[in-house]
Amino acid sequence: MTDLTRLTAADLAARIQAKDVSAVEVAQAHLDRIAAVDSAVHAFLHVDGPRRVERALAVDEDVAAGNPAASPLAGVPLALKDVLTMRGAPTTCGSKMLEGWQPPYDATVTLKLLEAGVVILGKTNMDEFAMGSSTENSAYGVTRNPWDLDRIPGGSGGGSSAALASFEAPLAIGTDTGGSIRQPGSVTGTVGVKPTYGTVSRYGLVAFSSSLDQAGPCARTVLDAALLHEVIGGHDPLDSTSINAPLPPVVAAAREGANGDLSGVRVGVVTQFAGDGYQAGVLASFEAAVAQLKELGAEIVEVSCPSFDLALPAYYLIAPSECSSNLARFDAMRYGLRVGDDAARSAEEVMSLTREAGFGPEVKRRIMLGTYALSSGYYDAYYGSAQKVRTLITRDFDAAFGKVDVLVSPTTPTTAFRIGERANDPMAMYKADLCTIPSNLAGNAALSVPSGLSDEDGLPVGLQIMSPALQDHRGYRVAAAYEAARNAAQGGPLINRVPELEVAN
Amino acid sequence: MPSISRDEVAHLARLARLAVTEEELDLFAGQLDQIVQAVAKVGDVADQDIPPTSHSVPLTNVFRRDLVRPGLTQQQALAAAPAAEDGRFRVPRILGEEA
Repeated sequence: MTDLTRLTAADLAARIQAKDVSAVEVAQAHLDRIAAVDSAVHAFLHVDGPRRVERALAVDEDVAAGNPAASPLAGVPLALKDVLTMRGAPTTCGSKMLEGWQPPYDATVTLKLLEAGVVILGKTNMDEFAMGSSTENSAYGVTRNPWDLDRIPGGSGGGSSAALASFEAPLAIGTDTGGSIRQPGSVTGTVGVKPTYGTVSRYGLVAFSSSLDQAGPCARTVLDAALLHEVIGGHDPLDSTSINAPLPPVVAAAREGANGDLSGVRVGVVTQFAGDGYQAGVLASFEAAVAQLKELGAEIVEVSCPSFDLALPAYYLIAPSECSSNLARFDAMRYGLRVGDDAARSAEEVMSLTREAGFGPEVKRRIMLGTYALSSGYYDAYYGSAQKVRTLITRDFDAAFGKVDVLVSPTTPTTAFRIGERANDPMAMYKADLCTIPSNLAGNAALSVPSGLSDEDGLPVGLQIMSPALQDHRGYRVAAAYEAARNAAQGGPLINRVPELEVAN
Repeated sequence: MPSISRDEVAHLARLARLAVTEEELDLFAGQLDQIVQAVAKVGDVADQDIPPTSHSVPLTNVFRRDLVRPGLTQQQALAAAPAAEDGRFRVPRILGEEA
């Protein structure tokens, strides 16, 4: 019998519509897989919301009644990052501050998934409030990389990437503020997409850095990511930063790309993203990917984006500044943790004790850094300058996209590092986001697609493809063409080479 | 010479309402100093006449129709409260002892 957990989302949806298999059976196969391997991987913080069965049954009833499918992903299971609200399940954001919090409303992304007949299996682990690159900052324990359980699955969306790479779910949702979808995708051999800022609603996405946060699709194939992208994207009046424009045609682009012809496509290699700090095997994989794009007919040119060198420093001022403001809402008054309320202490004391107990070290560091950057006397030098850098980065992108259709780079400078390796060195951890941050600051589209295994450690490497704002489809076309060519050249999808996990009985 | 002192970190913690411990102050002072020194590189552009970007999508005055739509019930709003009393949020005293 076919192992349902190994199929693509597109294939699962087709089989459900063809009555080869029911949505309930598909959900059960994935729940069984989670039961077998999640004690080792720990991708999920919460499994099996009551709306899961309800949704799968509803899809099967639709199929039996001959109703048209709610979406091209009806009945397909999905893992939802625990930073998006869903009624009937806790939303913790990986923080003690929100332990057991039951949100009274659904995020727009959650609602769109449910309306599309997607079966949400549970909520995935993450760095606390999405601050981190390893998922080690979760208050609920680390998530392990299915390629090597001693290594990190990326972050902040390590639960979502690990769920995909361990075949616990064919689809996942992530959020990307500085690379939290793409970097986990890169280090787990999966596909991760940060859509253009403003094209996926942030309503119900617990805010970290509002001008940078963007939810997006995670999958094992480019087409699956595109199908999910079209389910979750679109204008939302509940998000005042939502763009009121049609969603780029990403599914059509993924299908077109799979034909394998990139003639006439101009691909720019960002010269800033190489050299010191880049693992040799990552650079070798990247160079092979660029050669592959050339073979597919793409024209390759080198493009210099000099201000990208300032992207990391600018990000680590802007994101903490917005974080210090956004996380002020956790004040122990209306929801979440409250500590030290002994009838003698004042509200301010209770607030300070609660925030001390409820936040982990990385969140505290960023709140204090942001408080510092926004202080009078320092504001112009730090936050003001960072905003100028943001303008320069956007100008570099504009100039580059005047010459090329897409830009490419490694997604992250190294393969998955060992758990604990960077835990006590915040700057080393921050460097994992070196190549992904510019697209958050400029708001344009970017994705990561697997480019093979690194020579020295046999771990996955990701190719980042960046597109102009609202031109997300360009990246999908190039990624799908590359994916098809890489699969053909290397004997099948990279994800098939992930080691078998020890299955608990 | 550190760019951010232990005393400054203690001040930031007070501003941010974080009752940090002495051990944390030692740890954070060193780490924040390292981070601040690294991010100070943005100062390279401080003197240049460049318009700041606060947001990648320049939207202003986003309007929607002023329609009545259901919000949370009192029960829903209070459901996750750390403490509630008489249908309201119960909070610790907000004034100091001497007030």
